[in-house]
Amino acid sequence: MAWLPEPIRDLLDTALVAELTAVRPGGRPITYPLIPLWDGERILMTSSILFSRKLEHLKADPRVSISLSDPVALGGRQARATIQGLAQVIDGDPHTDWERVLPLWEAKEPVIRQFLKARVAFPLFFERAVIEVTPQRAYLWPDGDTSTAPSVSSVPRDGSPPRASSAATAEVA
Amino acid sequence: MDLRAGVARFDASTGLTRLTEFPFALLTWVGPEGFPMSAAITLDSIDPAAGTASFATPAGLDIPTEGEVSLTGSHIRPQPGVGYDERRHVTVWGRVAASDTGRLAFRGESAWGWDEADIPFPEYLERTVGQSRRYLEGVSRATGRSVRPRLSRGWLFLRATRLPFLSATLIPVAIGLAIAAANGFFDALTALLTIIGAAAVHLGLNVANDVFDTRLGADDANVNPTQYSGGSRVIQYGLVSLGGMERMSLLFYAVAMAVGLILLALRPSAALLAIGVVGIILSVGYTAPPLKLVYRGLGEITTAIGFGPLMLLGAYVVQSGGSIEPAAVVASLPVAILVALILYVNEVPDRPGDARAGKRTLVVRLPQRTVITIYDVAAAAAFAIIVAGVALRLLPLPALLALLAIPLALRVHRGLETYYDQPYGLMAVMATNIRLHLVVGVVLLGAYLAVLLLQAVAPGRSLFLP
Repeated sequence: MAWLPEPIRDLLDTALVAELTAVRPGGRPITYPLIPLWDGERILMTSSILFSRKLEHLKADPRVSISLSDPVALGGRQARATIQGLAQVIDGDPHTDWERVLPLWEAKEPVIRQFLKARVAFPLFFERAVIEVTPQRAYLWPDGDTSTAPSVSSVPRDGSPPRASSAATAEVA
Repeated sequence: MDLRAGVARFDASTGLTRLTEFPFALLTWVGPEGFPMSAAITLDSIDPAAGTASFATPAGLDIPTEGEVSLTGSHIRPQPGVGYDERRHVTVWGRVAASDTGRLAFRGESAWGWDEADIPFPEYLERTVGQSRRYLEGVSRATGRSVRPRLSRGWLFLRATRLPFLSATLIPVAIGLAIAAANGFFDALTALLTIIGAAAVHLGLNVANDVFDTRLGADDANVNPTQYSGGSRVIQYGLVSLGGMERMSLLFYAVAMAVGLILLALRPSAALLAIGVVGIILSVGYTAPPLKLVYRGLGEITTAIGFGPLMLLGAYVVQSGGSIEPAAVVASLPVAILVALILYVNEVPDRPGDARAGKRTLVVRLPQRTVITIYDVAAAAAFAIIVAGVALRLLPLPALLALLAIPLALRVHRGLETYYDQPYGLMAVMATNIRLHLVVGVVLLGAYLAVLLLQAVAPGRSLFLP
């Protein structure tokens, strides 16, 4: 997903937490803190079936946003971004499906390997789904200041180069 | 505050109060294309009592004034290599209106959030178990196949049977066998059968306990299970069905009864028959109706009898052919007291759920001060019996080394004082209390092994007081 601007990819690589927002039936936004993992194409997140309400929301409406907004969780970076995308929930085998993201997860949260060794103590915590988010549009505040309009990038259509614009003129929410 | 789903739902005023603890908030809304959108904002005025706040309008974005928006504060931050600290988040839903000053005025309507200071993470996990089961049922329906949580067979067996607690059986049985050997009775085959039969009774009891605590609602009512308390949870987690646990329990009891019959055939005695029958009755009646002994505040005495005299004397009489040595009775008493104290302390974190389920254990019935006093007196009695047993030449002198475990009892006392209302703080206390039983039991066993060793190398010498 090369169209995502480099500063946003850098935030995704760095972020120890992001805010995933789903849309509940009835249209209410609901926000969940999760660790974002970036595989170069999609944003991957993983959720225990214990906290599966969000997964139900995503199955009902895949439209999501992911906000990277906390400078502490971003390694001191001041830039902020929000990425809108389409989410797919992978939960055919909650016991093992998620293990493919373990290397990315462990890179950001090394202690998870220790928890996994004690899987018998947390059996349901390690029954998990993977949330794959394919970005559609991204908003970037390079200095984190939302009193200035973000720059906006969108997924290229028909092989055209990515569109980038100021939010003031973009087709935004 | 509604805690049923693990997270708390509360009013906007409480939510806004909590939001003031975060350095910024995330303003979120759903745009006309149906995608959510967020932008970080800084609240410049907030009035929790009125349920209002205001902030600068994020530039270049079309914030809807018709639909619902939310403000979220989050302190969920993995610390690399450490885990997390002070996890909490809160979301307040409401609506915004543009003000004359170009700012947005927010009026909150409702809120939800989680703060591990209010709901510890393990309890949060436990409160969401029902949600996980409903979710997997939905996945099963959607895929047309059964999707269930799993553990490897080995881990599942360990968890379902609570295998590590088997030390409570192995200790008294081994002591009984050692005392018998010191008195000149030992047969390897019947000793092995004794260990197998006793272990089967114990595992049958553990599994039956889960079955009946589930049927009677005690395990479902408990939202603070720990490694040492609250049952194995394999039924609650959907790892094993209730029927599967029933069959497993029956299998263990069948093995136990078969072994018991073989032992009776090999070493027939009225004492062994009586011990076997009483043992099975207490084991089944511990949780199962109509006796439900643990529900009547009789769990400790049942455990003491079962995992003290019955196990130890049972092992002894198999070897002796029916005679009972006073030393075996005395040696069984501290073991009985200390194993009962394991149950007693492990019930402390379970007591809110037990009380809701009508499981009136001793710690449910008694106030904290009385509970701790009883612990102190009982632990002191265990050590006093060892001293008296040595003084009366019933126990060998090395048994006095058990007194070195007194600091463990003192540590449990302090832990009960400090963490009585903190289930997860009690985990280390429960572990120490289990170690107390183990250490004293191993010392008593070691004392008799020393007697056996001395008999072998220096037949005329004694390890008992003259």
